[in-house]
Amino acid sequence: MQRIGVFVCWCGSNIAGTVDVKAVSEALKNEPGVVFSTNYQYMCSQAGQNLIKDAIKEHHLTGIVVCSCSPRMHENTFRKTAQSAGINPYMVEIANVREQCSWVHKDMATGTEKAIILGKAAVAKVNLNTPLTPGESPVTKRALVIGGGIAGIQTALDIADAGFPVDIVETKPTIGGKMAQLDKTFPTLDCAACILTPKMVDVAQHEKIRIFSYSEVTQVKGFVGNFDVTIKRKARYVKEDVCTGCGACTEKCPMKHVPNEFNLGMDERHAVYIPFAQAVPKVATIDPRYCMMLKNGKCGLCSKVCAAGAIDYKAKDEFVEEKYGAIVVATGFNPISMDKFDEFAYSQSKDVITSLELERLMNAAGPTGGTLLRPSDREHPHTIVFVQCVGSRCASCAEKGKEYCSKICCMYTAKHAMLIRDKYPDTDVYVFYIDVRTPGKNFDEFYRRAVEEYGVHYIKGMVGKVTPEGKKLKVQASDLLAGEQLHIDADLVVLAAAIEPDKSARPLATMLTASMDTNDFFTEAHPKLRPVESPTAGIFLSGTCQGPKDIPETVSQAGAAASKVIGLLAKDKLLGNPCVAHSDEMMCNGCSTCERVCPYGAITYMDKEFRMPDRTTKVRRVASVNEAVCQGCGACTVACPSGAMDLKGFLNRQIMAEVDAICK
Amino acid sequence: MQTKNERLKEQVVRMSGVNPLKCMRCGKCSATCPAYDEMEYHPHQFVYMVERGEIEPLLNSKSLYQCLSCFACVERCPRNVEPAKLVEAIRLVAIRQQGMNHMTADDIPALLDDDMPQQAIVSALRKYAK
Repeated sequence: MQRIGVFVCWCGSNIAGTVDVKAVSEALKNEPGVVFSTNYQYMCSQAGQNLIKDAIKEHHLTGIVVCSCSPRMHENTFRKTAQSAGINPYMVEIANVREQCSWVHKDMATGTEKAIILGKAAVAKVNLNTPLTPGESPVTKRALVIGGGIAGIQTALDIADAGFPVDIVETKPTIGGKMAQLDKTFPTLDCAACILTPKMVDVAQHEKIRIFSYSEVTQVKGFVGNFDVTIKRKARYVKEDVCTGCGACTEKCPMKHVPNEFNLGMDERHAVYIPFAQAVPKVATIDPRYCMMLKNGKCGLCSKVCAAGAIDYKAKDEFVEEKYGAIVVATGFNPISMDKFDEFAYSQSKDVITSLELERLMNAAGPTGGTLLRPSDREHPHTIVFVQCVGSRCASCAEKGKEYCSKICCMYTAKHAMLIRDKYPDTDVYVFYIDVRTPGKNFDEFYRRAVEEYGVHYIKGMVGKVTPEGKKLKVQASDLLAGEQLHIDADLVVLAAAIEPDKSARPLATMLTASMDTNDFFTEAHPKLRPVESPTAGIFLSGTCQGPKDIPETVSQAGAAASKVIGLLAKDKLLGNPCVAHSDEMMCNGCSTCERVCPYGAITYMDKEFRMPDRTTKVRRVASVNEAVCQGCGACTVACPSGAMDLKGFLNRQIMAEVDAICK
Repeated sequence: MQTKNERLKEQVVRMSGVNPLKCMRCGKCSATCPAYDEMEYHPHQFVYMVERGEIEPLLNSKSLYQCLSCFACVERCPRNVEPAKLVEAIRLVAIRQQGMNHMTADDIPALLDDDMPQQAIVSALRKYAK
């Protein structure tokens, strides 16, 4: 028989305001097994915990029930308290009389009644609790960073600097991500490449970092500390370790009309290409969609001009399997498609562009060599209209665009407007805004400079439609403060397109069993207190895969994610969760149902010899649970038709006892 | 006691199904409106004035009839506010208030005609009823 202590917490007035705590502790005194019951103002405080410890010793308690807040809040606290007083931490049960009781009920009578019932259920469970000991699992001291943009780069560098090996998996032929495509960065206007490329080189030269470029994660198994990851290295038809990046092949390749994705299709590249001059790794890649040799076996020019002999037309996709202790997601973002915004004539006119396209048009390494020219006729635009919030802040029922604010557009538009006015003072620049949102260090000052020093026309209102007419773009817009409808003949219209998570994020989240929100941004474990961790243990978040962010924020979050990873990898062993599934082999009928429902692949079947009552032996097929992989979700216990599967800490009979106590 | 404007606001919001609080004041409706120059009150003002309960000035304005009901504002509104539906609702209020009761229920039997759908008579009654 257990000797149970009940501790009812007031939580100041949080619980005591709606629940008669004294009545609860009195009522629970008479429950079977209960030998001690009390209440206290703040059970989680040092004094409260000491009260529990003293009671455990004085009354020789074997199990305790704490009627307090949600177990998510303080279960761990009270388990530690119990452990330090000498009883097994899994002999502690929490009755949630705050979130499930005082906070949802208004009057004292019902609140108290429910609190007593919840307390009785917890007592009934503790009566059947058994001490559990968590298993230990080793930690593979290597981290995987998925995505090689500024977020992934920073996270990888920070982890590697702490001495742990890191692999970066990047789907493009080079790391660098979106930041490599930017011209200047706000609010200091330093050139993106000048601050990014040294970091890319650091990554390439760091002895602890390996880069898997042109690669994808295809399978993730295992659990925190012990992930087994399969990485597909797509065939680039150029031997990465042999290629010197001289570029001879990219000049000689006859297939020279391939849309250049690095410049967002505004110019062309060859079928064999190096995305940009500072690419890391600086290695050529053959695009199999366009290469004549790969398509119909004719050409072979690149292999003839390659002095290093790096071209390999017979290359195949390779699969690398590696073990990791932690995984950081840094999959980044893309601007949304403008297809659903016909009113801005994006698909009708080449001179309606997105802001990212403008970055390339203004970049010295871009399609125009850094001179701002209209894409259609390569002439200088003299009137430029910027449209803010294109696809951001849309009602979900409007079915186009995104509900959230993309956060970065106000600042990069101010930057664009300022740079254009600085370089081409004869240009009229209009910015149509709904709100100008510039929270951030030196951000509002930056925007004000665009208005006050550079004479950018900021107009409160939205553009209603853009109509291409001859060489001009007729812009019809609201000026809400003047109460006018404006008509502007523009040469160039720039759309601040909303940003969305990369398309690879959703399938990756499924592989990692990491949760996402409805916008496909990864969910953090706690929006305030655990912002860089996924609720799935061992998965960390870095950069815009978690939500819209600018570069300074991304870099700080990347560092935060790295420090969490370092904290994990620095441990030699992890304590597992002892509340795992367990199969009673004598009852198992070998049906495989549990194996099929297990989301973690923790259940396998094996043939085992059993001694029968008549002293013969019999070989039977039975389920076996890998306790290190099992997450204790309980799906198998529900699915098992013979009742052989049970979850430790949540045994079927414990749950039934709770139900009985509630229904009594 | 409700003021006349409050009563009218309630009526307009109910008939149109529009929630003016969804508006984020971007002005895209007025930016896209082809009849903007003819109107005294512009689409975004309709939304704002309904929100403030200023229905009477709208009722008495010719702007009501200058709206072409092209629904460009409805199509392009990022917040799905649907300003054209507000304009239509206020038009209906105007029609109902003018006391132009062309018929009473007693007139209906005489009007019944095998060739005319009965629904047409019912809707005519509804349109002109107080």
